[in-house]
Amino acid sequence: MNFAFSEEQVALRETVAQFLEQKSPSAEVRRIMETTEGYDPEVWRQMGEQMGLQGLHIPEEYGGQGYTFVELGIVLEEMGKRLLCAPYFATVCLAANAVMNAGSDSQKKELLPGIASGETIATLAFTEPSGKWDADGIAMTYEPAGDGFALSGEKMFVIDGHNADLIVVVARKAGTSGTEGISFFTVAGDAAGLTRTALETMDMTRKQAKLEFSGVPAELLGEEGSGWAALSKTLDQAAVCLSSEMVGGSQEVLDMSVEYAKVRVQFGRPIGSFQAIKHKCADMLLETESAKSAAYYAAWAAAEDNEELPTVACLAKAYCSEAYFHCAAENIQIHGGIGFTWEHDAHLYFKRAKSSETYLGDATYHRELLAQRIGI
Amino acid sequence: MQAAPELEAFRHEVRSWLDENLSDEFRNLGGDAGPADDRDWDARVVWEQRLGEAGWIGLGWPKDLGGRGASILEEVIFHEEYAKAGAPARVSFFGEGLLGPTIVNLGTPEQKAKFLPPILAAKEFWCQGYSEPDAGSDLAGVKTTAVLDGDEWVINGQKIWTTFAHHADWCFAVVRTDPEAPKHKGLSYLLVPMDQPGVEVRGIKTIVGTSEFNEVFFTDARTPTENIVGEVNDGWKVAMATLGFERGTAFLGQQLRFEEEMRHLLAEAQKRGRADDPVLRDRLADAYARLRIMRFNGERMLANLAAKGVLGPESSIGKLYWSSWHRALGELEVAVMGPDAMVVGPGYEPNEFQHYFLSSRAETIYAGSSEIQRNVIAERVLGLPREPAVASK
Repeated sequence: MNFAFSEEQVALRETVAQFLEQKSPSAEVRRIMETTEGYDPEVWRQMGEQMGLQGLHIPEEYGGQGYTFVELGIVLEEMGKRLLCAPYFATVCLAANAVMNAGSDSQKKELLPGIASGETIATLAFTEPSGKWDADGIAMTYEPAGDGFALSGEKMFVIDGHNADLIVVVARKAGTSGTEGISFFTVAGDAAGLTRTALETMDMTRKQAKLEFSGVPAELLGEEGSGWAALSKTLDQAAVCLSSEMVGGSQEVLDMSVEYAKVRVQFGRPIGSFQAIKHKCADMLLETESAKSAAYYAAWAAAEDNEELPTVACLAKAYCSEAYFHCAAENIQIHGGIGFTWEHDAHLYFKRAKSSETYLGDATYHRELLAQRIGI
Repeated sequence: MQAAPELEAFRHEVRSWLDENLSDEFRNLGGDAGPADDRDWDARVVWEQRLGEAGWIGLGWPKDLGGRGASILEEVIFHEEYAKAGAPARVSFFGEGLLGPTIVNLGTPEQKAKFLPPILAAKEFWCQGYSEPDAGSDLAGVKTTAVLDGDEWVINGQKIWTTFAHHADWCFAVVRTDPEAPKHKGLSYLLVPMDQPGVEVRGIKTIVGTSEFNEVFFTDARTPTENIVGEVNDGWKVAMATLGFERGTAFLGQQLRFEEEMRHLLAEAQKRGRADDPVLRDRLADAYARLRIMRFNGERMLANLAAKGVLGPESSIGKLYWSSWHRALGELEVAVMGPDAMVVGPGYEPNEFQHYFLSSRAETIYAGSSEIQRNVIAERVLGLPREPAVASK
């Protein structure tokens, strides 16, 4: 593990940062978040065609760029900084990984090139109304139907579920429980029997949907009944990706706080000269830098696909999520009254921090996973 | 950057030497290796002298000054292997870690010849004469004076919180040599022999019940004029340079020891069935996560150091991080012990966990308190404005 980024990686960060500065300024974020779809198709197209971002970590043989989770982490960090409104996390960090982990070679050849080019918007539907993030949360069952299978049940909190052309669904064989009997399926976004309802999310920059399945025709992805290992890995990878994104947000709210503390004058001095504010900012820096270390290490473990991934994925998710939320909350406090308004961007980060902290399971949940995985 | 095989060869050399030399009488002596832990002192000195004979002291010092000229990465490897082997806590932090690098970088040729060899041989030990009763975090407020009398400085005043003064042969002291100059301008950095009638050391019994910290009284104490580092009245710069070493790599070995302590705690929690308590379980996992991240932070700092060449002010994040973490761990340790934590051994002898619970309270205070660390981070790293000084004379 070398924590120092290569020149190529630094250049990638700069290129993506410049792109997002143009395409995802605050005004654009605010315009797009008011729409039901929650993304700009033109920007999405440019991300794929000009930047090759959707295929960044997908192997070249499946139409991608062949980079690793380290480069993906760099891109996500910049996206988190700019609150990019796009189905990128759902498509790349959830669906593409699920296909790569669970699918057969021919399924990868069929599904991944569309994702890599940006043509296919995809997502992963695994959580249900129970709101559980583990195997026990999967109650939806599948049944054989004709040549394939049919799905019935309800999925909740599905990121960009209302936008997806391709939905990777996790369901279990009737009569099984826990990690047994779990399978992946692919379903077309416009499949018969599928009712999609966009949810009004507190974090308006990241959209979710409720998906109701009533005998929806589905194709098995990978092997029947042995999907838990692939799902667990997919969730670990997603936790790593989300950690990278949260690090970017955390850096941004720290920067906002420091800038404001330098220019806001009260009692005849910049508020940043008061220790009460200084010490908040110092703690935010410590947490943000530590979150970076955790996220970078986790991205490396994911890139290597080594045996440390399960441990450091939940470690990073737990730490980064609490760091980001704390920094986003302190950012509001440091800004005072203006920080509590709709007009100021502080609430956008505060809400993204909370939705990211909650999604995939909060810090307490991930610390329990960590405890199990290190054998406490 | 060094090639991996070269580093692995170095690792092998360290490991082999430790295998051959670390006999059971020395293993795990001296607790947490904190700069204020003097358990098993005499045995640790014997061990330290063996380290010196084998050339393991002054790893990063230049070869022509008797060091090994090791790279930062080699130093890291040494500390790793040393901690893994359970070798004794080091006794020469103030000499090897602070005064030595100060002399290496700012000393005269004569000072290098006189002071470095006894540090490298673990024959002379040092203490740090910075804090005074009225100059703690505000170090530039020191009142101890030194005036020239012929070819000697004559020193009068009092230092406090002087770790290991009772073991020290020498003290590097910040003293006021120009009482008329502004606060930071009239200070000098003197090297004072401890074994003389004008120096009195009184132990301060701490919260732990032991006396690693001292008061040091100078009453017409003397040191030759040449025992000054830097120019007369330019001691503030030297004192700050020394603190730079303190906040940098010097704590690496200690951080690695924390991993051993964490293992002990997890084992204790399981032995007592406390790891099943959901709240303690969450705290244990949190402590573990933060320990791993402490290591990641250190490795990241070193990687950037290797790439850019200098330790940035962000290295002061490390002190705030580890001292806060260890203090919280101490609280967790007594929580895991439960009611048993209320009882110490005969003669007020705390066990490992009780000891850390108590001793860790000092760590967020010495070497720049957590509040000072936050000021430094805010001002030097984030560029926030300094606090306006309250008018004073």
